[in-house]
Amino acid sequence: MQMNFDISVSPHIRAPYTSRNIMWMVALALLFPAAAGVYFFGLKALVLIVFTTLVAVLAEAVCQWLAKMPITVNDGSAAVTGILLALIVPPNLPLWMAAIGAILAIGLVKVLFGGLGFNIFNPALAARAILLASWPVAMTTWVRPFDAITTATPLFLVNKMHEAAPSYWALFIGERAGSLGETSVLMILIGALLLFLTRIIDWPAPTAYIGSVALLSWLLGHDPLFAILSGGLMLGAFFMATDYVTAPVTTKGRFIFGLGCGIMTVAIRFYGGFPEGVNYSILFMNILTPLIDKYARPRLYGGKKRG
Amino acid sequence: MKTFPGGSHLQYLKEATQDKTIRELPLPKKVILPLQQNLGCACEPLVKVGDEVVEGAKIGDSQKFVSAPVHASISGKVVQIEKLPNPCGFEVPAVVIEGPGPSSQSPAPRTLDSLSAEEIKKIIREAGIVGMGGAAFPTHVKLSPPADKKIDTLIINGCECEPYITADHRLMLERAEDILYGARAAAQAVGATRIIVGIENNKKNAVEKLKSQAEGIEIAEVKTKYPQGGEKQLIKAILNREVPSGGLPLDIGVVVQNVGTAVAIAEAIKFGVPLIKRVVTVTGSGIKQPQNVMVRIGTTFREVVEQCGGLTEDTVKVIMGGPMMGLALSTLDLPVVKGTTCILALNKKDAKVYEEKDCIRCGRCIKSCPIGLLPNFIADAAKLKDWGRAEEYNVADCIECGCCSYVCPSRIYLVQYFKVAKKELQTRKAVCK
Repeated sequence: MQMNFDISVSPHIRAPYTSRNIMWMVALALLFPAAAGVYFFGLKALVLIVFTTLVAVLAEAVCQWLAKMPITVNDGSAAVTGILLALIVPPNLPLWMAAIGAILAIGLVKVLFGGLGFNIFNPALAARAILLASWPVAMTTWVRPFDAITTATPLFLVNKMHEAAPSYWALFIGERAGSLGETSVLMILIGALLLFLTRIIDWPAPTAYIGSVALLSWLLGHDPLFAILSGGLMLGAFFMATDYVTAPVTTKGRFIFGLGCGIMTVAIRFYGGFPEGVNYSILFMNILTPLIDKYARPRLYGGKKRG
Repeated sequence: MKTFPGGSHLQYLKEATQDKTIRELPLPKKVILPLQQNLGCACEPLVKVGDEVVEGAKIGDSQKFVSAPVHASISGKVVQIEKLPNPCGFEVPAVVIEGPGPSSQSPAPRTLDSLSAEEIKKIIREAGIVGMGGAAFPTHVKLSPPADKKIDTLIINGCECEPYITADHRLMLERAEDILYGARAAAQAVGATRIIVGIENNKKNAVEKLKSQAEGIEIAEVKTKYPQGGEKQLIKAILNREVPSGGLPLDIGVVVQNVGTAVAIAEAIKFGVPLIKRVVTVTGSGIKQPQNVMVRIGTTFREVVEQCGGLTEDTVKVIMGGPMMGLALSTLDLPVVKGTTCILALNKKDAKVYEEKDCIRCGRCIKSCPIGLLPNFIADAAKLKDWGRAEEYNVADCIECGCCSYVCPSRIYLVQYFKVAKKELQTRKAVCK
């Protein structure tokens, strides 16, 4: 029997998008909060974003080359990590610190664990935690938008110093001190909308996260609207609690993940030593992801009990 | 709109053939009739080389219950009986008949009212009817539930959810009366009081057509979503009942039959004609003149394709069935069998081969699974040959619809892993017994 045609197992057609498309779309969505950061904090912010991204991409290429792995920098995931890292550090962070952060994010947190798909922690968040522990002053030196005068973040001023909060409008458009890309809720929402419309992220984790922070803050006697508009919550909820690799895979699991993040964030904000808890709460929930995946399974057709 | 959880929205690409009337192909000079065209047991040949046979004569049968006899699809002379490749990828004994030969006499027509359930089942068995949606499970077996299982509803499956295929759609437009006749006969055979025809709402004209003639039969429009035509998904959508894991529709009082099967039942009862031909959609970017054809069972794919203008130069893949669950064929020199719904030829652009990348845990496979499985974790287990863990993740419940592989952005061949895992688990069980 002569072989004339290609043989492969069904299905013979595939959906039009690939992992690469998805990653670059996430990078594109991150450009909205990035643009807000550049608008409020100036050229310095732009330099930081571009520099951190380049270091991250380069670090991935070098690490993969050293590990004799295929070099996959064009899949976009290293670029996403680089942009994300720049968005969650102070806008005036020295470039060499940012470079160390990017190298640690890619080398230590991602490639050492096996690369895209295998890392336990969100690389950008883990790198930020390391930077915060290593250079606590530089990582908590915030500046005011436009004039770059050193100040504190609204969360610190309101929750720790009991000062008056900025207007909701200022918080919404992002005219406040904070990490480079976390301040503009408006631009974060536009980026997130893009990811919702392209069905790259889904509702359970962000909804559970933001919802639980608002509800718990209100129950504890704080202003829920201020709680969700300040700090890194919006950026974390839409761009980090939705990270495919480090969050659960099922709808149920993602909801539980968001809920856990919310509880941890509120606990850190109101009872912890730090003014903000988004970073640590997502990292903490990253550890629980395999456990959540084990139990939060979808319902099986035919209703058999799961083992 | 009635539907089921999970599944995928696909590009349906049925425009090339959905408005084309079924064309009866000229009689082939030679037919290759595999003696096993159904799920279950193979038949023994009833003829020997050199015998003259007439169209419709039984040439193979089995004593086993889960089997269906095979009939001569043309009149002629038996020239060869030996193991030949069949489209399902293995060799089975086949009878080769070369025409022409004397024509048969048409038997006297019968009426349904005078027949008992047992008589109907006997006629269906003797006509060699199997499920014509592709699975090819013997119909008389499906219509013979154990005495303790009461069947209340018969569902006729007119979903045709696979892209490209329009064979059932055309049957619903051109043979509506026979479909309803066959449905009534099948319902009578199992004692079902309710008959429902389920049709995807992208076939509005078929819904209208059947509604205009369906006396005492319900027509249920269901959402166009793959795999709506899966038995379990159709039952869920129409009746909101679920077939228990590892069970059959008859466990919940339902029997499902395809519209093509209903037509075959009608022909067998009305005219005593066995299953010797079927509608095949010949389509895809590799076919020059896509169309729906009525083909004698045993005609080679090559002959059918040539009748449809032949293949284009850039054809790289030929599939029996649809693009989601069909079997890729290595050659056209294989016979059309009772379960051949479609011959799909695809060019390079439409039949891309992908390199598998690492899972990024996006969860799309889980959302698309109509059974509620975790395809990514089953694949992980299968890659490690950890069959026990694959079983614990319920791989046995997988219906191999292909939604997970379709949506996977890392192009992981998920279904392939599941097929291997299921086979391994079956073998292991067989050895343990």
